[in-house]
Amino acid sequence: MTAHQPPEFFEEAPLYEPRRAVYPQAVHGTYRRIKWAVLLVTLGIYYGLPFVRWDRGPNAPDQAVLIDFPGRRFYFFFIELWPQEIYYLTGLLILAAIALFLMNAVAGRVWCGYLCPQTVWTDLFQAIERLTEGDRREHIQRNNGPWTAERVVRAGIKHFLWLMVAWWTGGAWVLYFSDAPTLVRDLATFHAPFIAYAWIGILTVTTYFLAGHMREQVCLYMCPWPRIQAALTDEHALNVTYRYDRGEPRASVKKSATLRENGLPAGDCIDCLQCVHVCPTGVDIRNGPNLGCIQCGLCIDACDAVMTKIGRPPRLIAYDTDLNITARQEGQQPHFNIVRARTILYAAILAVIGGIMLFTLATRHAEAVNVIHDRNPIFVRMSDGAIRNAFTVRIINKRLEARAFALTISGLPGSFVEVIGAAPRSDGRVVIEVGPDQTREVRALVTDYNYALPPFTPVGFHLLDIATGERADTRDNFRRP
Amino acid sequence: MALDPHHDRDSVTGTATTGHVWDGIRELNTPLPRWWLWIFYATIVWSIGYWVVYPSWPLVSSFTQGVFGWHSREALVRDLAELKAVRGPMMDKLAAASLPEIMSDPMLLDFARAQGRTSFGDNCAPCHGPGAAGNKGYPNLADDDWLWGGKIEDIATTVRYGIRSGDPKTRISLMPAFGRDNMLTRPQIENVADYVRSLSGLSVNAKANLSDGKAIFQQQCATCHGDDGKGKRDLGAPDLTDAIWLYGSDRAVIIEGVWGGRGGTMPAWVGRLDDTTIKALSIYVHTLGGGQ
Ligand code: SF4
Ligand code: SF4
Repeated sequence: MTAHQPPEFFEEAPLYEPRRAVYPQAVHGTYRRIKWAVLLVTLGIYYGLPFVRWDRGPNAPDQAVLIDFPGRRFYFFFIELWPQEIYYLTGLLILAAIALFLMNAVAGRVWCGYLCPQTVWTDLFQAIERLTEGDRREHIQRNNGPWTAERVVRAGIKHFLWLMVAWWTGGAWVLYFSDAPTLVRDLATFHAPFIAYAWIGILTVTTYFLAGHMREQVCLYMCPWPRIQAALTDEHALNVTYRYDRGEPRASVKKSATLRENGLPAGDCIDCLQCVHVCPTGVDIRNGPNLGCIQCGLCIDACDAVMTKIGRPPRLIAYDTDLNITARQEGQQPHFNIVRARTILYAAILAVIGGIMLFTLATRHAEAVNVIHDRNPIFVRMSDGAIRNAFTVRIINKRLEARAFALTISGLPGSFVEVIGAAPRSDGRVVIEVGPDQTREVRALVTDYNYALPPFTPVGFHLLDIATGERADTRDNFRRP
Repeated sequence: MALDPHHDRDSVTGTATTGHVWDGIRELNTPLPRWWLWIFYATIVWSIGYWVVYPSWPLVSSFTQGVFGWHSREALVRDLAELKAVRGPMMDKLAAASLPEIMSDPMLLDFARAQGRTSFGDNCAPCHGPGAAGNKGYPNLADDDWLWGGKIEDIATTVRYGIRSGDPKTRISLMPAFGRDNMLTRPQIENVADYVRSLSGLSVNAKANLSDGKAIFQQQCATCHGDDGKGKRDLGAPDLTDAIWLYGSDRAVIIEGVWGGRGGTMPAWVGRLDDTTIKALSIYVHTLGGGQ
């Protein structure tokens, strides 16, 4: 290290920067309509789904989607999952990740722009803000002025509405974990468990801060996806692109008219800054691909409106690629190829994983048996010289009615199986009853008189539903000295 | 590190630099958001709150207690009390139920076995082994051979009062030291040992004097072990005709037993374990496989 020299021309820049307030302006157009539709559908699902009923019979809840922690079950319409089937959740997460990658390969951060909860709620909160405090210009003006009574009232209503939405968001969240109509009644009469109120409180606060105050800061500083996305994407993916080949050199309407008259090059961009003003993250898309851009397409709508007004063709800003811009500049046909190696690969992975999950789900058994051999003692010598092995047999009944299973063994001729707490029936069968949607563990004793057996003999355990004839099997080893 | 006074802005990105240069590489100043800094300060404040409300700083012979008065031991005591309260109804049901009732109620049976297994691990496993497989001199409780009886009541009595335990109601009997106390001579003991081995079909030397052994057995041993050698459970005298040998079936081991006598002990658990626990323990042992 050389000696510390005081910098002569060094501009002292701050190490921390304050947030620049973003006042996104209202906008109308194709992408805005798509965003409203997505917002309605996604929020509608989120707030409404807990109230959808699904009849499963008397022994199970009738809520279509329910995460039942005390009962350790997950219900999703016709699917009921047990904790040991958590791999379906793993599969679902893998599907979600690959779907995200596929979206990225097609149109970059389209997830960020339309579907991400952070975007959807922020969009809703900004709509409320425009409703109460006015559109961009009015809002900025008022915020730069003094704290008048009107300003206080408007801001107060905004925060109240925000908190209401946030509170309802938390409220809907807890409904997924308990019978929704009952919980709503209990919540209203202050009979719900404390944990429900706590979660509503937590989600109210997080929603209020993330969608109301943090907004684009979440995308810029907190979310990992923009970083991963930037590493995953390629030059063929569609992005909201300012077609600088068409827009530059930018000039005011009058000036560009003059330029054109004189046969000089003039771009279509009139530098009206509409695209910047509508941007929910405060980005100037004309600077090229930007970390802050969530690909929402609102600047496309804004610019299209301007282009229509000045009589130039729309889509100066559009979903496009830099490759196409270069192609146009070189006089070639621009094209977008959706069928590419990576889109095919992602789609194939999606299909394979989805297919496997569907297949296993469709061929899932409503009964299962597991056995665990006693570790100590591995075998017991009986007084008549027989050898006995003890097993813990776990029987799973995923049906919503009680069932009776006959337990038999195979592979050990002459041996017999007994079950503690299940005396053989008159026909000699060992029958174990398992309640609806339950697991039962029993202790099974297998006694064998065949003295010539090797130390390990495979033994099969067979379960037969005596009413329906459905079977489940497993195997273990019979051990002897 | 050197400070480069002439490059305060990066020409490519237009970003300000911190003025720091390492081997010609300049550090850009990409400022963190200010709220990030606030969160950092907030966590510091939060940690100070922890010191105030929870036990934290060590003192010379104590520590700061915190205004919440939280104590890990108290939390444990509270948890245990909660657990006991949760188990209470099942414990009462177990105390009141008879064995057939327990056997026909899967829930109660599971509960009893779980309670019994825990208690077995705490109290019985040191001698009988974690899975009750026993050891030389300590019976295997999973087989169907019982010294003092394998009915649930017999097992409960044995657990309650022990064997040669010193408790007034203990199970007690005596296998005399025939050799050491000069009741039988060495050749007589060898003959009776050969005879005992022949009872369960174990091989004996062709030259063994089984008739002498049998005569001595009838005279000295049959009182407790029975004329047929099948033992007597009210006396804790083992069946000598079966395949199970508490100390081993070698000729030398049998001779050693007849010479010096046998008398294993088991403590009485009454007073140390409550009645319901003893019941659970008995059910656990009974359902290991050998219960009668
Ligand atoms: S630059 Fe355009 S597409 Fe990107 S976030 Fe802003 S408005 Fe949306
Ligand atoms: S809205 Fe269109 S014309 Fe206006 S500044 Fe943006 S790109 Fe240029």
